[in-house]
Amino acid sequence: MKLELQNNRDFWAGMMFLGTGVGAMIVARHYPFGTTLSMGPGYFPMVLGGMLVVFGAFILLRGLRKKEKIQGSWSLRALIILPLSVLGFGTLMNLAGFIPALAAVVVLSAASSREFKFKEVLLLTLFLGVLSAAMFIWGLGLPYPLIKKF
Amino acid sequence: MEIFQNLIFGFSVALSLQNLFYCFLGCLLGTLIGVLPGIGPLATIAMLTPITFSISPVAALIMLAGIYYGAQYGGSTTAILVNLPGETSAVVTCLDGYQMARQGRAGPALAIAAIGSFFAGTVCTLIIAMFGPAIAELALEFGPAEYFSLMLMGLVAAAMLAHGDMVKSLAMVVMGLLLGTVGTDVNSGWRRFSFDIAELADGIGFVVVAVGVFALGEIVANLGDSKKSAVFVAKVGGLFPTSDDLKRSSGPIIRGALLGAFFGVLPGTGPAIASFSSYMIEKKISKDPSRFGHGAIEGVAGPESANNADAQCKFIPMLTLGIPASGTMALMLGALMIHGIAPGPTVMTQRPDLFWGLIVSMWIGNLMLLVLNLPLIGIWTSLLKVPYRMLFPAIIVFSCIGIYSLNNNPFELYLTALFGIIGFMWMKFACPPAPMLLGFVLGPMMEENLRRALLMSRGDPMVFLTQPISLGFVIATVLIVVVMMAPALRKRRGDITG
Repeated sequence: MKLELQNNRDFWAGMMFLGTGVGAMIVARHYPFGTTLSMGPGYFPMVLGGMLVVFGAFILLRGLRKKEKIQGSWSLRALIILPLSVLGFGTLMNLAGFIPALAAVVVLSAASSREFKFKEVLLLTLFLGVLSAAMFIWGLGLPYPLIKKF
Repeated sequence: MEIFQNLIFGFSVALSLQNLFYCFLGCLLGTLIGVLPGIGPLATIAMLTPITFSISPVAALIMLAGIYYGAQYGGSTTAILVNLPGETSAVVTCLDGYQMARQGRAGPALAIAAIGSFFAGTVCTLIIAMFGPAIAELALEFGPAEYFSLMLMGLVAAAMLAHGDMVKSLAMVVMGLLLGTVGTDVNSGWRRFSFDIAELADGIGFVVVAVGVFALGEIVANLGDSKKSAVFVAKVGGLFPTSDDLKRSSGPIIRGALLGAFFGVLPGTGPAIASFSSYMIEKKISKDPSRFGHGAIEGVAGPESANNADAQCKFIPMLTLGIPASGTMALMLGALMIHGIAPGPTVMTQRPDLFWGLIVSMWIGNLMLLVLNLPLIGIWTSLLKVPYRMLFPAIIVFSCIGIYSLNNNPFELYLTALFGIIGFMWMKFACPPAPMLLGFVLGPMMEENLRRALLMSRGDPMVFLTQPISLGFVIATVLIVVVMMAPALRKRRGDITG
């Protein structure tokens, strides 16, 4: 039974909606609800949260009955490294400037694929670096330093 | 005739050097991403919206629109040449287009696809020019109650008609609406769901959500299920269709264009449904249906016209009512708002240059695609040799730069990464993200209109049923739900989209 649930697509989809709905209602309970005549800031989120709970419960129960499986792999490698590459870009833009940030995002994101080839990625970094510096910094005039001075 | 005056005014806007350039750029980019599998117009438009800040709103919209319809052209090119639909709408084109290519008739197939698309584009330009102003004029009379009901209808229809699970689509709309409430409430000044994070006070940027879910999330999914495909590129050969080809295609092109225009104004129905319906009709009325699937030119002409017509007519509800009929249109609407233009029926009167310029530019863009694409086919197909592992880092880089340039703040990037993960989960759970985007963009407007409508009616919710226009929308919404829930149709719908 437990093993079956792990892969049950609609069960988890339902849980996700249910959880979001409950979470929204818990947070929004502190916002003034108001009346139908003059709605407070809590009215709309509360109603939406409630709707998500209903949808979530329905989808969850249906999942228990239909037992459809989650398709494809979880691609954990990409799921972890790719968001990290985006985080890295943001952080390095502020700390070190455009070129380091760009190099980091290209190398990291390329590393999220299983077909990572070092030489190829080096060339790609060079190519994308020149291209985006030309397009965004010299072309569009975005005000980012190529490398920040410490 | 007022319509001709308007169109001439549109030409004067669209033919300015700057706008022509952005129209060309948009078409070029659109074809590029249409050819490349793994990146669609939605992600591209989301990615490029931030960098359109520096140009005028008219030029920005012209370029973004070019990306959208250019992608339809590009998608059909690879469908015909390599049996690889660059866009979902081109799946149908593979059936007969690729067969034609294998028989050495790739040239005529491409030419007919381009001619059909151009004809459909012309028809749609005229339809928008004829009916757009009338719809907008009608919509000017709408009060908050009418608007709320209209948005309700749009969202429900989009969720129910879009392909995928109906219940999950509706739940995703609600999810989008909820995400739309994040940030400062305009009426009371309360900060909702901001968790004391200063950056969330203005709400979540729609570019952040769109890039996160549609670019990042998709890439993660693609990397997980890497498919190896051997690319066999058919030789193009002679381009010109024979007179027999032209005679066979004229009927399907006209029918396809009209069918596409009809599906185009319906919310939720993507170009894939329009092109599939056109294929089915052509096959049904053909004297010799057995030719279909073996290189019948009608099977290219009809669907290609239909998907282009659909793509273009999707602009009607967006431009005249401010209601997006698809995920891509939700992005266009968001782009308008970013440029400080309040979407709705007033766009036509307050920004006639935008409305007419955009419409005429779409026609010019179609012409450019017709003239430019055929000679460039060699370049497009050689692009297919670029492996995905070199392509997706480029997408990530441009996305990152675009998002960072929104506020020069890394916070938006952190949020994008988060939405990438969430978007990937949604894909795994088979929850369609496009309805979420619609809800997200419309959410704040919907809440505002709901509040106003109820304030004006002194809290009486019957106001949505006593105003005749609003009642019409509510009835239509109920009808859509009832019809789509009907078991017979559910099965058929599964056949079409599944």
